[in-house]
Amino acid sequence: MAAITLEHVEKRYGDGYPAVNDVSLDIADGEFMILVGPSGCGKSTLLRMIVGLEEATGGEIRIAGRVVNDLPPRDRNLAMVFQNYALYPHLTVFENIAFPLRLRKLAGEEVRRRVEEAAAVLELTEHLDRKPGQLSGGQRQRVAMGRAIVREADAFLFDEPLSNLDAQLRGQMRTEIARLQQRLGVTTVYVTHDQVEAMTLGDRVAVLRKGVLQQVDTPRALYQRPANLFVAGFIGSPAMNLVPATVDGRRIRLPFVDFELPEAVGGGGPAIAGLRPEHLEDAAVVDAPARERGVAFDVTVDVLEWLGAEQYAYVPYAAPPELVEPLHRLAEELDRESARTTLVASIDPASRLRRGEAARLWFDPANLYLFDARSGERLAPPNLEGHVPEYQDPAGR
Amino acid sequence: MRRVARIAGPVLIVVWTLVPLLWLLSLSLKGGDHIDDGRFWPAAPTLHNYRTVFRTDLFTSALRNSIGISLIATVLSVILATLAAYAIARLDFPGKKLMLSVALAIAMFPTISLVGPLFDIWRSVGLYDTWPGLVIPYLSFTLPLSIWVLSAFFREIPWEMEQAAQVDGATPWQAFRKVIVPLAAPGVFTAAILTFFFAWNDFVFGISLTSTGRARTVPAALAFFTGASQFEQPTAAIAAAAVVVTIPVVAIVLAFQRRIVAGLTSGAVKG
Repeated sequence: MAAITLEHVEKRYGDGYPAVNDVSLDIADGEFMILVGPSGCGKSTLLRMIVGLEEATGGEIRIAGRVVNDLPPRDRNLAMVFQNYALYPHLTVFENIAFPLRLRKLAGEEVRRRVEEAAAVLELTEHLDRKPGQLSGGQRQRVAMGRAIVREADAFLFDEPLSNLDAQLRGQMRTEIARLQQRLGVTTVYVTHDQVEAMTLGDRVAVLRKGVLQQVDTPRALYQRPANLFVAGFIGSPAMNLVPATVDGRRIRLPFVDFELPEAVGGGGPAIAGLRPEHLEDAAVVDAPARERGVAFDVTVDVLEWLGAEQYAYVPYAAPPELVEPLHRLAEELDRESARTTLVASIDPASRLRRGEAARLWFDPANLYLFDARSGERLAPPNLEGHVPEYQDPAGR
Repeated sequence: MRRVARIAGPVLIVVWTLVPLLWLLSLSLKGGDHIDDGRFWPAAPTLHNYRTVFRTDLFTSALRNSIGISLIATVLSVILATLAAYAIARLDFPGKKLMLSVALAIAMFPTISLVGPLFDIWRSVGLYDTWPGLVIPYLSFTLPLSIWVLSAFFREIPWEMEQAAQVDGATPWQAFRKVIVPLAAPGVFTAAILTFFFAWNDFVFGISLTSTGRARTVPAALAFFTGASQFEQPTAAIAAAAVVVTIPVVAIVLAFQRRIVAGLTSGAVKG
């Protein structure tokens, strides 16, 4: 077990394009660290540099205090689970799991003991004599994990290990990985593009964009205090509503409503406002004092999705195309469908809103995020800083 | 109608391919006087011809040469082709495409066009009528094809396989030997068999680049066969010798066909 430290790590390819750009990251001993970002953000490259399959073109990588930049993968004592599992098809499950031990020339009994132990943990005991080709996707995934845990490696590295599984199995394996990591307490670096995996598994999450580290924090902090527009748009499902806004002192102008903040936001001019779906509510179910504090506006509900425990309302609004343009670009980068000028509101399931009918939505301006239109940095008006947001439930549920 | 065709077609092909072989076998079992008796089955089968061929130095030394030269050519060709194909499949270097196409072009060369120059060169450098004198041309003709076959196999093997092995603690050589080579085994066997057959069956080089029993191979030696006595036609003896040299070919194909067919990579990755 070991801490992993990245200092100004950089990966440039022949054409000078930096796939990973000046990333510094401290991963504590026993920590579960997630590297997340849309495809092409450099997260896998970063992982492969840690394990030694790619060479860092700059910076320093340390494992347990030892600089490993020039060490081949075999000397780094890390275990890795590949996206396609990379099992050895000509070997049985037993020999697949035993492979790293055989390479270290461990005694036969010791190998048997360790493999059987790992197989028991992963419920693979009855499959030890089979070949990988005869296993289901989930079982192959577990064999790959078995090969990692027999090693007693300093750290586990996962490269999108669940992306080849169907949705249901993915959920199961996610829990299993979390349990395993907790049980073994091994430092883990886990690459994914799935923000649900990132939020549920990680002690901390590092968000990458175009090779640049955007923010590293606990899932909760990422959600509550995104450093910039990119993180805000990436973390959360359904995603945060991003709306073009104009700031004029205390006054905020959104396409569908104008209102005043208690205190002025520094600067002024164009900005982007962010509102999480759960912070929008049907005004009809908000109690009176809250309604006083908040801002309400009239809309027409386009689509309504009632899911029992929750209910989503989709509300289109009109905005000038030149203001929406940067949002389109962001959506593209996040691999999302082009951002429609639609608000998503997660409203109280008790709400009686109907599709196609006029409605009044409400939000608390304290839950409003503001981002610089150009840099995307989150603007931190003093009145919002302390508060943002302690999951205040507007409906008082 | 269609069912008849479905049965008749294969039967026709089997008969077509097997009758000459059976004829050869039958000839080899006929006694000296029965050669031209016009019967398909020998009236009085005898192993006399086999005893004769194994008693003649011409054949036994040729058999030794054939086995030795073919095996050496095969082993060298497979080793060199495996390494070359691996490099071609895994590394990016300038001129890779060119190299592959030139290699293929070499394999397309008509052997007969090289025999004249080789004869002269071999005589002046002392390779004429030696084992290396045959191994070298066999290598140069079989390597390109082996490289093609093997690089196709290597390309099919996911990179992650050997990366996983390296992370698991293998040196690049260990990863190659313990993971890549076993996975490419069907390709390795295919290449080996192609090479072996080329060398084993070759007549042109065998007859042109040898002059004595030192290096003369069986196909070439057959041309020098005489009967047990000068009054005997060598037909039956040649047939017996031909049967003897066909046996390893049949044996090898039967032994390895399953290895060749087996798709070993199934289940390597998600499937």
